[in-house]
Amino acid sequence: MRAVWILWLRQLKRYSRSRARIVGALGQPLLFLFALGFGFGPVFARAGNGNYLDFVAPGIITMAIVFTAVFGGIEMIWDRQFGFLRETLVAPVPRLAIVIGRTSGGATVALLQGLIVFVVCLLAGLRIHNPLLLPVALVFMGLISVVFTAIGTAIGSVLRDMQGFQLILNFLVLPLFFFSNALFPVAGLPAPLRAAVLLNPLSYGVAGMRQAFNGGIGFDTATDFAVLGVAGAVLLGISSLLFSRIEA
Amino acid sequence: MESMIEVRDLVKVFGGFAAVDHICFNVAVGGIRAFLGPNGAGKTTTIKMLTTVLQPTSGRIRIAGHDPVRQPMLVRRAFGIVFQDPSLDDELTALENLALHAALYGVARKQQGQRIETLLGFVGLWERRNDYVKQYSGGMKRRLEIARAFLHQPRLLFLDEPTLGLDPQTRSHIWEFVKGLAKEQSVTVFFTTHAMEEAERVADDITVIDHGKIVAEGTAAALKQATGANSLEEAFIALTGRNIREDEALPAERMRMMRRAWRGR
Repeated sequence: MRAVWILWLRQLKRYSRSRARIVGALGQPLLFLFALGFGFGPVFARAGNGNYLDFVAPGIITMAIVFTAVFGGIEMIWDRQFGFLRETLVAPVPRLAIVIGRTSGGATVALLQGLIVFVVCLLAGLRIHNPLLLPVALVFMGLISVVFTAIGTAIGSVLRDMQGFQLILNFLVLPLFFFSNALFPVAGLPAPLRAAVLLNPLSYGVAGMRQAFNGGIGFDTATDFAVLGVAGAVLLGISSLLFSRIEA
Repeated sequence: MESMIEVRDLVKVFGGFAAVDHICFNVAVGGIRAFLGPNGAGKTTTIKMLTTVLQPTSGRIRIAGHDPVRQPMLVRRAFGIVFQDPSLDDELTALENLALHAALYGVARKQQGQRIETLLGFVGLWERRNDYVKQYSGGMKRRLEIARAFLHQPRLLFLDEPTLGLDPQTRSHIWEFVKGLAKEQSVTVFFTTHAMEEAERVADDITVIDHGKIVAEGTAAALKQATGANSLEEAFIALTGRNIREDEALPAERMRMMRRAWRGR
């Protein structure tokens, strides 16, 4: 337990000390928020879909979480290259404790980053219909953080250097983000695209968060929660397995 | 005499190539042993198997009486290690690095503060304890790693080329710390080096490995006598030949260069 806690604390310390990283990771979501939010807003409203900022804000928050989380997991490659990983691998601690410590730390950092973007969205005009449902939104943010940190950890366990990072970004992370319902509604998409969105666990995270902001939770929320929870459990299992196979 | 390290018929095969080929040796409790060999001779592979991070193909190992394959946690508790490359977290302070190690090794919180103070005092870093490790020089990082390796009171210390890339002053300091701490805490030491004068000066006994096999074992004087050499370096070359071994450039080297370039150093 102490090992899990200290590894969690380490991630938080590293995060809080790296202002460049905090600000840098905000750049992309904010750009999306302002460019898309205000750019597409009028079109979206004219099409009778309502307020685009309200629609896209959960997507933007998700974006901040996803990128921070995946990067946090992949950061393990640096730890491997710069030796710190070995310090943990020869310690008398089960690999599972190391994975849990790292993943919970990375997920916490991603959640914090998501909360910063959430506050920015509020300032930009995001309307919360029922503040009592904010904890539900928070749960979805947390689940997305865990799912994507686990994905990052799994990738970081397999990749040996940063050469493959661009590949992961362009062929995994960006598609997962774009082919969710983060930026546009599912209704009216061509069938194959809709299938992709429905198979993507991220869609359920965004949908759950969006519903909580809009003040309506119900049966859908439970489904979203279940899908994301199962995805999280499976990915944690995979990342633990891959991590346990690392040879120092 | 009781053995701290016991290795019998140890083999490690990588894709048909025997990196370690039926080696046997013992290191007595309290001894200081140098493990020498050219690049690619099997030193690092052996150390990895002794330290539980690599599974042997066959053979038997006992570290402080425990089997690294079956009882890795007991073995890990028994040894401390200083790796060839730094394994500190640069973004943390020296104190935080040590606290992290203490937590990973379950050092009792009551003892933790006192031990950290003593060890940092011993290696002359107490004044700099709150500095980030990234501000440390190579020699300071090494000293910090040595202090860290002793933190959980191991009975055995592995050092993989601990003085690589350090200036002569720092080297001699490092060995003073290692010998001093090892003696004070009655710790067995097992180290590798390419600096023959270090092996001769520091080690009680020397084991020479080449092409995965042990080619000689004994005191520096005995090795020199057996080969009719004047120095240990001559004896080493007589034992292992004159051919230059190629060391592969590891991804780690490339990454280190990239990172340095990024940081503008």
